[in-house]
Amino acid sequence: MSEQTTAPAGAPAARDASVPMVRAEHVSKSFGSNEVLKDISLEVKRGEVLCLVGPSGSGKSTFLRCINHLEQVSSGRLAVDGQLVGYREAGGRLHEMHPKEIAKQRRDIGMVFQRFNLFPHMTALENVMEAPTQVKGLSKAKAKARALELLARVGLAERADYYPAHLSGGQQQRVAIARALAMDPKLMLFDEPTSALDPELVGEVLDVMKELAKTGMTMVVVTHEMGFAREVADTLVFMDGGVVVETGDPREVLANPQHQRTKAFLSKVL
Amino acid sequence: MSDSSAGRAVPPAPAGGAPAPSRAPEKVVKLRHPWRIVVAVLLLAAVAVFVIDAAQREAFDWASVGKYVFDKRVTQAAGFTLLLTVLSMIIGVVLGIILAVMRQSPNPVLKSVAWVYLWIFRGTPVYVQLVFWGLLATIYSSIDLGVPFMEPWVSFPTKVLFNAFWLTVIGLGLNESAYMAEIVRAGLLSVDPGQHEAATALGMGWGKTMRRVVLPQAMRVIIPPTGNEVISMLKTTSLATAVPFTLELYTRTRDISVEIFNPIPLLIVASIWYLAITSVLMVGQFFLEKRFARGVGARPDAGPGPVTASMSAVELDESAAADAAIAAKHGGDAR
Repeated sequence: MSEQTTAPAGAPAARDASVPMVRAEHVSKSFGSNEVLKDISLEVKRGEVLCLVGPSGSGKSTFLRCINHLEQVSSGRLAVDGQLVGYREAGGRLHEMHPKEIAKQRRDIGMVFQRFNLFPHMTALENVMEAPTQVKGLSKAKAKARALELLARVGLAERADYYPAHLSGGQQQRVAIARALAMDPKLMLFDEPTSALDPELVGEVLDVMKELAKTGMTMVVVTHEMGFAREVADTLVFMDGGVVVETGDPREVLANPQHQRTKAFLSKVL
Repeated sequence: MSDSSAGRAVPPAPAGGAPAPSRAPEKVVKLRHPWRIVVAVLLLAAVAVFVIDAAQREAFDWASVGKYVFDKRVTQAAGFTLLLTVLSMIIGVVLGIILAVMRQSPNPVLKSVAWVYLWIFRGTPVYVQLVFWGLLATIYSSIDLGVPFMEPWVSFPTKVLFNAFWLTVIGLGLNESAYMAEIVRAGLLSVDPGQHEAATALGMGWGKTMRRVVLPQAMRVIIPPTGNEVISMLKTTSLATAVPFTLELYTRTRDISVEIFNPIPLLIVASIWYLAITSVLMVGQFFLEKRFARGVGARPDAGPGPVTASMSAVELDESAAADAAIAAKHGGDAR
């Protein structure tokens, strides 16, 4: 994968296969007095596809956003690839990282948003080239070659010169996936990637995600697509009210939920 | 044709050689607007009367207008006016961006300083501010560099450092920055917060996010009112006489009119120049707006890339192509 710049001092030299890609220990998050995440502990192994499901307001999106520090956890520890996210541990205490260091951590974590968030003033190609050239300092020519390759991979080679406004929702989301992949991430986060799409466009995005999962990418997916979870996910996590209610193999959880709240939720969406 | 056949009984299937009655567009009698024409004629007549009258009226003294419109003193004054406008707008825009960012800063001190600055500079007339700047040398006779309240390292007499021209530029620029700050802030607020988030998630820092993602989008909102400000500034330069700076268009033409005891033709001369410069600036604004409108508006089908021709075929094959591409990548790209 991408050559790693020097790891921040104090961080354990990770990257060995036994370290989980994501490890959350007793993570809590409050907005004011509103506690959105309560004592979440879970692990995502390398190459694992984990689907987070649950009713809206259950905290699943917030948890996802904590993983790349778009939200700051209030307590607990959250590590990606063995490194704490946004903090450095030294002398038994946590120190906030400089925004530049956090930005460096985020390079390796790709994120796909519900509302795509493509840069509207750039073409699809420019969108995909932006971070490699601006953040990694890749040459224009190299970035372009790689971007075209990625656009072809999501089936949009012919749309490279289109602006986002001239692409359908499904095409935009596929460009957004290509944009995230352009940074060669070790982890991909998907925040309800198909929720803003017309029903007939959901499939094309899920197909790209399925292919991505097959390449062995570690993925955390917040979704309402139970079919996708059943088919692709290795683990299904059901959240409600800021806590993890149930975790397990998606086929088992979906077929035979153990908890009342899971049953109630599934009966509504399945 | 179709009109006549529509009236008769038409057999359900077209008989023999007669083609099916094609749906020619029906003729619609357009609604007439007689009053529009009346008003237009009256208005045109009024304008014509005014123009013919003005051309003959002695007070306008067109001969003098023609004589002075390209007078060297006047063209030079127009140059100064343009220079004042450009320089003070540069200060206004740069400082305005800084103030707008300060107002969004999480640091409460920066925030309040920006707020107080805006409060003072928007709350007092430019004319008063310019008189103040003119008195700068009286208030601060020298500009010192060094440790406060100690003997300065270097000391410049204010009069030598700033002449009336630069005092005008500073005065107009600082006043303008207060207005520009609000325009820039509105522009920044108009950009979807998701844009900031997406850039952040890609590992872009704050500065890069602003420069590459947020500001280019904010420009679409910022440019039209800024164009307004430029044109307004062009005319505000006529207040430079408060400093006093006397080489700009209005004061200069006033001075000439005093010489020849006839103010009216020189007012017309000044107006012609103001209008001419405004027109040039408007053309500039048009092209700027076009530049920053990328990604909005009509589909660029006629635009870049040889994408149009094979479009529909591509559309059909797309998912298949995607699968093939992914499959092809499979071997080499497995991580």
